[in-house]
Amino acid sequence: MTPTLSITDQPIDIAAALAAVQTDAAGAVNSFIGTVRNQSGGRPVRRLHYESYDSMALTQLGHVVAQAYDKWPMLQEVAVVHRKGTLELGDVAVVVAVATPHRAESFAACQFIIDTLKQVVTIWKREEYEDGTEWVAAHP
Amino acid sequence: MSLKIALFGITRDIVGTSVIELPAPAPATVGELLAEMRRQYPALGELRSCAVAVNNEYANADQPLHTVDEIALIPPVAGG
Repeated sequence: MTPTLSITDQPIDIAAALAAVQTDAAGAVNSFIGTVRNQSGGRPVRRLHYESYDSMALTQLGHVVAQAYDKWPMLQEVAVVHRKGTLELGDVAVVVAVATPHRAESFAACQFIIDTLKQVVTIWKREEYEDGTEWVAAHP
Repeated sequence: MSLKIALFGITRDIVGTSVIELPAPAPATVGELLAEMRRQYPALGELRSCAVAVNNEYANADQPLHTVDEIALIPPVAGG
């Protein structure tokens, strides 16, 4: 039941993340895969640059997963892998995988983890456009 | 007492370095630190938010600061 949490500057191995949550006690594995999109608010995006405050990001990620275990006591295994550095279009930026006995809780727990990650985990995203770059969500 | 403040993302761009040292007498609390940083770097006040982390946890304004603490400014996060 120890969650697999990591922040890496290497391409994310999706199969490894799914394998990390495999358990005979689970009948459902649910995953979210976040990828780099070619536009943001209608503005073409060339690539993304992710920066992480690793020690705090892992601490906060641990809190998020602990909250998920509190909310869904049947939750079995969890894996969260987030990429940092420069990512090209189509690259995988984040994988969340959860294993639960039944499917309903797997959808709910997976969504909770990715939604809460986006609110509290100390990772920043800089979008690169044809004519410059911008830190996402920095300004009102 | 002096403090070292780690800077990430847009706060590093604004301040121009990844670590800034505030010499003694440094701010005694998180709230005083934010006020001092905004005084020195007004662009910090234009951000959607700017939190302070102490030892990898989000800190309230009244939390005291110590030289040994790992302190960081946390601009709006955007993971995922």
